[in-house]
Order: sequence, then structure tokens, then C-alpha cells
Amino acid sequence: MALENLLFTKEHEWLRMDGDSADVGITEYAQHELGDVVYVELPALGREFKKGDPAANIESVKAVSDVFSPLSGTITAVNAKLSNNPELVNQEPYGDGFLFKMKLSHMDEIKELLDQKKYEEYLQGISGE
Amino acid sequence: MNKLPPLIFEKSRDGKIGHGLGASQVPAEPALDADLRRTEIADFPQVSEVEIVRHYMALARLNYSLDAGIYPLGSCTMKYNPKINEKLAAAEEFQAHPYAPHDLVQGNLELMARLEQWLVALTGLAGFTLAPAAGAHGEFTGMLIIRKFLQEQGDARRVVLIPDSAHGTNPSSAHFAGYEIREVPSNADGIIDVNVLQSFLDGQVAALMMTNPNTLGIFEKNITAIASALHANGSLLYMDGANLNALLGIVRPGDLGVDVMHINLHKTFSTPHGGGGPGSGPVGVASHLLPFLPVPRVVKSGDKYRVIYDNPQSIGRIKNFYGQFLVLIRALAYLSSLGRENIRRVAEDAVLNANYLRKRLQPLLDLPYAADTLHEVVFSDKNLPVKTLDIAKRLLDYGVHPFTIYFPLIVHGAMMIEPTETESKETLDEFIAIMEKILQEAREHPEQLLQAPQQTPVRRLDETLAARKPVLRWRKGENL
Amino acid sequence: MRYLPLTDTAREEIKKIIGIEDVQDLFKSIPRDKSFFSLESIPAALSEPELIADFRSLGRKNSVGEYLSFLGAGACTHFIPEVVSYLSAKGEFLTPYTPYQPEISQGSLQAIFEYQTMMSMLTGLAVANASLYDGGTAAAEAVLLAVRKSGRQRVLLAESLHPEYAAIIRAYVQNLPIELVTVHADKNDGRIDSGDLQAKLNGETAALVFQSPNFLGLVEDSAGLAAAVHQHKTYAVQVVTEAMSLAYLRPAADFAVDIVVGEAQSFGLTLGFGGPYLGFITASEEFLRQMPGRIVGQTKDLDGKRGYVLTLSTREQHIKREKATSNICSNEAWCALRAGMYLATMGKEGLARAAADSHLNAAYFVRKTDGLAHVRVVYKKNFYNEVLLEIKKGTADDFLAALKKNKVLAGVSLGWFTPTVTDRVLLAFSETHSREDIDRLFRLIGEYA
Repeated sequence: MALENLLFTKEHEWLRMDGDSADVGITEYAQHELGDVVYVELPALGREFKKGDPAANIESVKAVSDVFSPLSGTITAVNAKLSNNPELVNQEPYGDGFLFKMKLSHMDEIKELLDQKKYEEYLQGISGE
Repeated sequence: MNKLPPLIFEKSRDGKIGHGLGASQVPAEPALDADLRRTEIADFPQVSEVEIVRHYMALARLNYSLDAGIYPLGSCTMKYNPKINEKLAAAEEFQAHPYAPHDLVQGNLELMARLEQWLVALTGLAGFTLAPAAGAHGEFTGMLIIRKFLQEQGDARRVVLIPDSAHGTNPSSAHFAGYEIREVPSNADGIIDVNVLQSFLDGQVAALMMTNPNTLGIFEKNITAIASALHANGSLLYMDGANLNALLGIVRPGDLGVDVMHINLHKTFSTPHGGGGPGSGPVGVASHLLPFLPVPRVVKSGDKYRVIYDNPQSIGRIKNFYGQFLVLIRALAYLSSLGRENIRRVAEDAVLNANYLRKRLQPLLDLPYAADTLHEVVFSDKNLPVKTLDIAKRLLDYGVHPFTIYFPLIVHGAMMIEPTETESKETLDEFIAIMEKILQEAREHPEQLLQAPQQTPVRRLDETLAARKPVLRWRKGENL
Repeated sequence: MRYLPLTDTAREEIKKIIGIEDVQDLFKSIPRDKSFFSLESIPAALSEPELIADFRSLGRKNSVGEYLSFLGAGACTHFIPEVVSYLSAKGEFLTPYTPYQPEISQGSLQAIFEYQTMMSMLTGLAVANASLYDGGTAAAEAVLLAVRKSGRQRVLLAESLHPEYAAIIRAYVQNLPIELVTVHADKNDGRIDSGDLQAKLNGETAALVFQSPNFLGLVEDSAGLAAAVHQHKTYAVQVVTEAMSLAYLRPAADFAVDIVVGEAQSFGLTLGFGGPYLGFITASEEFLRQMPGRIVGQTKDLDGKRGYVLTLSTREQHIKREKATSNICSNEAWCALRAGMYLATMGKEGLARAAADSHLNAAYFVRKTDGLAHVRVVYKKNFYNEVLLEIKKGTADDFLAALKKNKVLAGVSLGWFTPTVTDRVLLAFSETHSREDIDRLFRLIGEYA
């Protein structure tokens, strides 16, 4: 998986840009921290989110975490495979385990995202704590 | 080793009868149209009486219970459930329909009034509702009372403060009463610091919900200063009485400035947990909050007991009928048996036992908070070669129910141990010996503990599978 | 004291080991000026024989046991096979905690799994939980469930809902942004006025909460109601206060009802002066992850063997705290276990028989009573096991007092709930009533004329 083309947030989400749309998922680090994912609650198609709004919900056996919308925009697709196979989030977080696709409304927000190198530096900072 | 029996549905055979009903004596002339009536209950069990008995006896053998041994679950107060109380609660004389005319159920009404008097005497509060069905239901009721009181004062407010060591029901109960939750951190001693609390107090704070002794087994020694600070701010003090066992006959929460509290009859007052319920969570209030208690209220007038169903300031009705009446019988029987001679000794022995375990286990386990222990002690799994879960599962192999694990959340790998006053020193010594053995195993063969339990009817169960692909009922031909 | 096994010697040993002189030293953290209060006002201890005598004298102050009862309205006497009392009283079922350690709790867990299955079979809905407190609080939880799932805040309550249930719902939501709107009953037929329902339904409506059989004993048109509300993507929530009806009437799922919730006291629980009883909730698959309370699920152990666990617990307060689907923790597990024992013992044939006989006894009474001049059966159609009588001579209280003199409790006056209603009495029938019981009731009603 070509991670160098992805953008990241400090909340451990990734984005794969495609024009003014982006696929969104959670990172390898995030899936590992969550443990075995048992259920993913995805947003309704057409829902609009502002950057930072809770957009999805991921449950493991003993924890539940919000996924915050990394940018502002509208949901244009959700990963239907997750309803029967939530384990894809663990197995292929950057591939078939993606969460949803959104059409972005404020492209300038992209500047605030991290590239792979910066995200990895950020992760090192966390583990050094 | 005992095995799981087949499901009752798998034992079913057409034509088997388990009941002994007689034939109907009236004409079989229904007054309802046939298209409203069901033809059958498909796949419903058909099992004979003897097979019913053996099925449930097989299930009974798979359960650990308080009657089998020590149950040191912290904050759950698993004390012995006296057998005479069961007999009294099952007595035919107390069986009455909840809408029976009051003159025919004076004994039941008196029983409730007597229990309320007991609770008032032990807490120093002005009055109790016996209606709430469980602790969380009591919390919710208490929060509704606070909200209604403040509304009537013209200042509803919207925030409830809750310490970080609190049980999850506290924030949830406050939330359903319409409040926003703010979490107050405990200090290094594991308790609430008055100065820290002050920094949270503003015009929006309706109440602080505080468990005392808290879930670390530590008494919130600043409680009177905390109550004063809250009251000066126009806020109220709610005490979660889950751990009241440590204070019985020692101190009355009402004397410490508590405005509202709930009590768990299934913890402090020995009524059986029944595998998760029924409980009973009476709520007591200081005198200024009496008018807000839920209806109905049993009152004495002259030498008769009557019931008040409407009260203009009441929060309304939160439970059907009068509450968990048969649980109330058991609690009153327990208190009547203890009496003034023994009530204080409950707290003393519970605290003695907890301190004994603390002293004996401290050389083996990390004690994150050194403050005085009351009814329970919390250790962490810091510096151990295995996790708390592994120790808990290994205890199962030794035939002992584990302590509460991973709670409170502020302790890493928490082991929360509450022996209660109904365990003898000999039982505690056995428990300590088993813990010593397990910790030795953990040092010498940590990998073995990961395989525990081995001696139980089933081994570690796949909770991930259960949550990913939920199977919540049997279906013909579909289950494992 | 027999519940306190620490001997004086043991106490001394423990004190020495933990290093205290006096037991009071254990309580140093408690303000001394407030602690060790006087216990004088507290009653003295009773020995076991004294305790029994004391409770016997309390019991003698109840005389309700001498009466033939037709009381219902949310609690009803049904026959309980002895094996249910025998088995449920076992310490192995009565004295465990919540099965958080599934390896040593398979008995409770499997029994609840069987209970969930039978409740699901009775309503036809896919998901049943492990219990809620009682019918009234279960109805309130169903309101919260429908609101949560729909994202809407307006809830219609049928006027024919049990008044206590409606009161509990009101108390539960009093501080939440939920709007409760009453849908009136048709005066002639005693059931929901479909015109009024249509007028009050809209695209903001989360649910219609209706009771069937309703508070006046009448089976509502569930199919029609569900169809009407589904036009607005509103949920149909059926409340059941007499669970025995589930075994006689067509299952709610046949009528596309979304949630069935209520009181299952009729399944093996004694009247107990109102509690503990058993709240149940069953719902269609779409509510699975939004259900309140505990749920038992099937899984496998490390060796691949079948076993049971509490599951989907991320919905619950111990994980989700203020975002939980409900604040419930302790539930009515033992009552659910007992209901499971009752249902299994009665079995397919026995449960259907008890359910049918409850109705047939009511029908027998209605046929006999029809034509009397001083009392009138208000609704001669659509009732299950409860019958509403209009008292045309004197008041309901006069009527009840006259029969009470003859040791019969001939129902609940609606004045109990609505003091302005003085001429209506609700009677409940069950399989426990013999033909002679009903004939006696009828004879005494005749004598009241």
C-alpha cells in the first residue's frame, strides 16, 4: 500500500485524495490501539460534516471510539463491506478497511494535514512519552 | 468437570408435558376473531417435569455463587444472603396485589414504613423513597429530584460534576436527567481536593455526585468542606451509597452535608443479587428536598398507614406500583436481625477484613494509593509479569471468584478487592494463600497463566466473535 | 451474631497484624466529631425465632389473602408450577453476581439465552434483551430507543396506555427535549381514534407508543396502527402489560410492529405487592446496537465449544458512560431466569392453554353479565382477559365495597388512577379462576342490584 500518497491527522485518520474527494480510514496505529473491531457505525449518505465533527463510531469488545471528520464535506459513499466484516479495519486499514468517501467543501483545510513523514514523526513523539 | 447441557429447545420432543394445569371449566367460546389469535408458538419447548428439573440443576452446577464461596468483588459488597430472609420474602401473607385496598395490606405498608425509619436512622437524612429498582435507578431518581428542586428555585443549571473514579452509572444517570457531565480529577491521595473542586464551581453546577467511601475504598475526608463549598455555590451534594457498608453505624451521611443519596439494598443490606438483579435503590433526601420525592409515598396517619399518590412538587412516578417490595422484606429482616447491637460491627469487620487483605497482599502487589483503606483495597498489575486478567482467570481454576478487575479506570490493571464482613479470617487466609501461589506461578511460568482457566466448564470465551456476529437466540438448525 | 464470623480472637489477631490498637483507628479519615453517633434510636436485635414472630405479626395485619380476587391492571395472578419455585430458589441461581466471569457463570448465561429466545418467539421480533426493571420503565426505555434510533424528538402516547406507564414515561423524559403528545381513544370502541392519530402524526414523529391489549383490556388494531405510522417512517411501539396475551394473540411481528415492550410478571412471578417484576423488550434487528440493558450472546471457547457471554456491552454505561444507551446496570436477572423456567415448564401446550383459559373465563363472564340492568359491560368486543364494567347503580366504590364484604375483590376502580371517574371497574380473569369463582362473582353482582 502506497502510504506516501496519503495524508494524516493527529487523530490517526488517513485520507486518500482524488480531486475534491477523499477516501477516509483509520491508521495502522489506530486499529492496533483499538484492538479487535466488532462494529463500525458509518454516517448516512449525504450527511454534511464540519472538520472535527464525530462522523463514525468504531467499537471493539471493550471500547468505543468516535472517528472525527478530518475535513469539512459531504459523505458520498460508505464502505458497505464493514457491516458484515468489521475485522477489515484491523486487517487492511489502508485498503478494504476504509470507512467512507467524502466530497470536500473547504479544500484549504488540506494544509493542516500531515504527510506520511510528519505523521511518523508524530507517532514517535507519542511512543516516546 | 460439568458440561453445558443442550439448550431446552434441543431437548424438546413433540407431546411432552411439563405443567399440571387442569382442563378448562367454561365453554370454549372465544370472543376474539380467529384472525387475531395465534395458531401456535412455533418451536416452543415441550419437556417433561423431570427433564426440566434436571436441565436447571445441570445449569445450576455451572454457576459459582455466594453460597459456594468468597466473592470479593470490589464495590459490589457480595455479603452472605441470610436464608431466613428468603423464607420471609416468600411467605404467603405478604403476597398481595399492588392495587389491593389499603385496609387489607396494612402489614405491607407498615413494613415499608419501618424500613424507611431504619434507613433514616442510619443515614441521618429526613426521608426515603423505596421505589427505585436498583442503584442506577436511584441515581437517576436523585438527579431528577435535584433538577426539580433547582428548577423550583428558578435556577435549573445544567452541569453535574463527577470524580474520575466514579462508576459508569453516575455520568449515565445524570445524562438522562438532562445534565452535562464534567469530570473532576482525583488528587494523588485518590480523593477530591477542595481547591480543585472550587475551580470547577460556577453558576451552572447543579451538583457533585460523589461515591463515599470512593471506589478506591478511601473515605473522602474533605467531605464536609466539599459540602460547604457546594452549598455556598448553590449546588447540592449527591452521595452514591454503593459503599455505605463501610459507614454503617459509624457516620451518618446526612451529618456530613449530603443532600441526596441512594442505597443499594442488594449490597449493604444483604439481599441476593440473583445473577444481576433484582436490586433495590432507595433514595434518601435532606428535609428541604422531601416534597420532591417520587410518588407513591406511604405515610402513617393515626394508627393506620395510607398512601399518597399525588404531590404537586414531586418528580412524579419512576417505577410501577411500590417498588421492589419482596426485596424490601429481606432488607428489613436483615436489619431487624442485626439490631443496634451489631450494626456497627458490620462496618468494623468489613473494614478489618479489607485492611487484613491489604496488609497481607501488599508485599506481592503494587498499591497505587496509600491512604487509609476502608471496606475495599485496590491494587494494580504494575511490575507483574502477567496482567490482571490472567490472575483473575487463574483464580477460577482455584475455585475462587475473582475481585473486580480494570475498575476504577484511574488505576492501571486495577484489582479491586472487597471481602465484606461475612468472611471469616480462615477464609481470607485461604484466599491469600491462593493469591500467593498464583503470583509465584506468574513469576515462574507466566505462560501457564495465559491458558487459565483450565478447570472450568468452558475455557476463555471469544467475546470478539460474540460481538461481531451476534447470536442472541436459538433458531432451529442454526446454532452451533 | 451468626452473620459475622470474625471471632474476638480473630479480630485481635487482625488488629495486631495491621498495627492498630483500637478498631476506631480504622476510621480516622472520618471527621471524629461526626462519627460514632448514638445508636439508641435503633431497634434492638431480634433472634431468629423473634424475627419470625415479628414478621408473622406483620403478615397477620394483611387480610388480602382471604379474598377471591379479580384485580389486574398490570399485575395478575397466574398459576406457577412448583418446580419453578423450587428451582429458582437454589442458591446457585439466587446468590451469584452479574455473570461478568462467564467461565463460572454458564448456568445463568444459558438460562437467560433461553429466556431471550422464548421472548423472541412470543413477539416474533429478532432481538430480546436480558431484562429491564418493570413494564413501566421498559416503556420509557422504548421511548428513548425510538428517539435515539430515529433522531426525532416527538413521541405519541396512546390515551389507552396504562396511566402509571404514561406517568413513568413523563417522569423519565421530563428534562430531555422530547415532546409527548397524547392520541385519544375512540369513545365508542375504546381503542385508538385513527383520525386523531393521523392528525398528530408527522415527519418529526419518532414513535407511536400504544398498549395492546390496552388499559381497558382491548386488543388494538396493531396492523392498522403500524401501517399508518410507517407512512411517516415512525416506529410502532407496542406496550404489553399482560404478557400472557402474547401466547394467545398473533405475534406483533405479523403486524410489522417494530418494538414490543412490557411487563412479564405473568410468567412465573408472584404478585409480591408489586415487585420485583420483569420488564422485557424485544425489537426488530435494526435496533440491535441501540438496545438498552444487558444482552446474552452465544460464542465459542478456546477449544471451540459452545458457550455464552454478556455481549454488545459497548452500549452500556460501564464503557460508554454518559453516552450509553441506558443507565441500567443491575437488572431483573433472577426474574428473567424464573420466567424462563416458567415458560419452559408450561411449554408450548401449557402456556397456550393458560393464555386461552384466561380469555375464555373473561368471555364466559361477559356472556353471563350481558343483559344485567345495574352494571354494563362497556366493550363486548376485542377484549382479552380484562373487562370494563360500568356501574349504573351507585358508584364504583359502592360496588367494590359491597362485594368486598363478601370477600371478593371485584376489580380495580378507574378512580384509583383518575379520581373523577367514579363509575368504572376493571376486572381481570385468569386460568386460576374456576367456573365456580366466576359464578360466585356473578351471583354477588346480582345481589348488589
